[in-house]
Amino acid sequence: MTTLQRKPVNPVGHLTAEDVEAIGRELDAIRDEVITSRGERDAAYIRRVIKVQRWLELGSRGVLLFSILPPAWLVGTAGLSVAKILENMEIGHNVMHGQWDWMRDPKIHSTTWEWDNASPSEQWKHSHNELHHTYTNVIGRDNDLGYGIMRVDEDQRWHPIHLGQPLWNFVNACFFEYGIAAYDLELGKNLATKKRRKSPQFKAGVKQVLRKIGRQVTKDYVLHPLLSGPSFLHTIAANATANLVRNLWTHSVIMCGHFPKGVETFEKTSIEGETRGEWYLRQMLGSANISGGRLMHIMTGNLSFQIEHHLFPDLPSNRYQEIAPRIQDLFQRYGLSYTSGPMPKQVGSAWAKVFRLALPNRRTALPAVAPEREPVGVA
Amino acid sequence: MAATQALRAGAWRVVELLTTPLVPADYLDVVAPLRNREVLRAKVVAVHPETDRAVTLTLRPGRGWRRHEPGQYLRLGVDVDGVRLWRAYSLTSAPHRPDGLLTVTVTAVDGGAVSRHLLAKARPGMLLGLERPAGDFTLPAQDPGKVLFVTAGSGLTPVMGILRSRSLSDAVLVHSAPTENDVLFRDELRALAREKSIQLVERHTRADGRMQPSDLETAVPDLAERHTWACGPNAMLDELTGHWAGLGKAGQLHVERFRPAVTATGDGGTVTFLRSGKAVESTDGAPLLEAGEAAGVLMPSGCRMGICFSCVLPLREGAVRDLRDGRLTTATEGDNVLVQTCISAAAGPCRLEI
Repeated sequence: MTTLQRKPVNPVGHLTAEDVEAIGRELDAIRDEVITSRGERDAAYIRRVIKVQRWLELGSRGVLLFSILPPAWLVGTAGLSVAKILENMEIGHNVMHGQWDWMRDPKIHSTTWEWDNASPSEQWKHSHNELHHTYTNVIGRDNDLGYGIMRVDEDQRWHPIHLGQPLWNFVNACFFEYGIAAYDLELGKNLATKKRRKSPQFKAGVKQVLRKIGRQVTKDYVLHPLLSGPSFLHTIAANATANLVRNLWTHSVIMCGHFPKGVETFEKTSIEGETRGEWYLRQMLGSANISGGRLMHIMTGNLSFQIEHHLFPDLPSNRYQEIAPRIQDLFQRYGLSYTSGPMPKQVGSAWAKVFRLALPNRRTALPAVAPEREPVGVA
Repeated sequence: MAATQALRAGAWRVVELLTTPLVPADYLDVVAPLRNREVLRAKVVAVHPETDRAVTLTLRPGRGWRRHEPGQYLRLGVDVDGVRLWRAYSLTSAPHRPDGLLTVTVTAVDGGAVSRHLLAKARPGMLLGLERPAGDFTLPAQDPGKVLFVTAGSGLTPVMGILRSRSLSDAVLVHSAPTENDVLFRDELRALAREKSIQLVERHTRADGRMQPSDLETAVPDLAERHTWACGPNAMLDELTGHWAGLGKAGQLHVERFRPAVTATGDGGTVTFLRSGKAVESTDGAPLLEAGEAAGVLMPSGCRMGICFSCVLPLREGAVRDLRDGRLTTATEGDNVLVQTCISAAAGPCRLEI
């Protein structure tokens, strides 16, 4: 992939400035429609998900008190993994986006929610909501493009350290929650110079993260195991497994959002003076969906509708699926490529890129890129 | 004792760590929502229609409820179309009911989202947000002697709370309602009058017209001697306030308003909520509280009429106008001016700390 601005055939070259603004108006209309129709049904949805998640977590932790018995270990670990995934994806991520703020329920609000993750919600909201969602896929601005440790675009400069990136990516996937915390702290950048290391703001951030990690670790690896008495070690293993499963799953979902083939990246200079229509267009081209059933959508926190989510980050997640056909129709009418695919294919595509870009660009790479692209139209 | 307490506090800390990053109450709420002292709730246990336009809700308050004084109001948080809206209702039950239940009577307000929702949807089992009792529309503890109550429509509710709680040696109630059928608690009031607990003057305004202060003089000749408590529409209360001032007895009149007496309008402007990072364009002169709520900001709120000061927030920069008297309050960068958001509207761009 090459930034959109350097492509031999520009995938939006056929759109006039008028077209782009028309797209913006259509999207604004869809957004307004959803906002005015938010109501009891949506509130009931998120409350039900939260209730199911809490029962599932309580039940699984209850079963894990007897984790010394293999069936209990299996059932409890599976349940806890699902509960943790629901908590992070459909609940935590979306609540912290402010998708449910309109309910005015202080218990389900972006300013009060804290999630079951190493990164404190305050820090995550800054790096994710403000930076990633504003500068989506802009090389040099959006750190989600490779999280600062990987090269995921031909236009990112190659360095020998990238040879190891398949390994880094795998390690990051296993410890993803800590990866996110480090990333939200901008650890690499902030550890680089003494001045940054000593900055009070950075030090306070580190303290906050360590405190949260301390509590999370005490919960999962000391208190719950202690409660299970003779099952102590088995519960430690179960909780570690649930965290690992959650980490691998969320990492895979996130990779599917912006790394698969067909997703565009953008030059830093291209977003100067960007209009609302152009911002929408960048979100449309910079994201990819995952196709699948209802369960897949819930377990990804509806990030399987990454395109819809990036267009409207603060609309209730249960509405993305409802507006998806209209968004797809819009893509088609304007001759744009709606990138979507089943999870194994998208994860494979993202990993293939991680491997390919571990090596420097081949001299012949540029011309070879064009035929690789998805045809214009719905993929 | 100290050791037991320390042990209990320690044990609670462990339980809190077990549920981190949530709090234990988040799980207990799923099972027993009324036990949470921190987040007060009420459960509807009975719904009883009073008139075509009014319904009485019997509520079981959660732990953490504090016994009210007769005449006070409570606030209920009701989810209307998924949005939590808070409204104040006068308590109509006596504070020392043996079953510990409370009652409020909700009258349909034209265009009122919450009252209409409760009239149509309130069912036993429904959970509502609840706030502790507040308000100073109360009688002194010792017998106040000769008293007069002047009420209209749902303005009867706080007075009903008082009449059900104590006996008064000499009380007159002058109550106005559109028709006989609209009189709340009609049978109960007439029974109180029959047994001489109160003297009742009913006025049916559709037939007899609105009660004027002069009518009141005729109906209650010893009016000037009576301590008076009045509750009803703002127009009526304004007339009474003027009349009592004319009598030179302003200190003997206590009024309870359900809505603020608005005289000014806001000029509009962009309201920025600093901590939540939200900004809204306020064009209609709506109070800052409503502008913030509409934007999904968690605004603190209370009486919504400028009395209780629960909604106060720091104004960091900008200008706001007091909707009651048009007074302008300004803040320049670095300032920290506390403003009541429920009765202040934007008068130009302003930045609030929340």
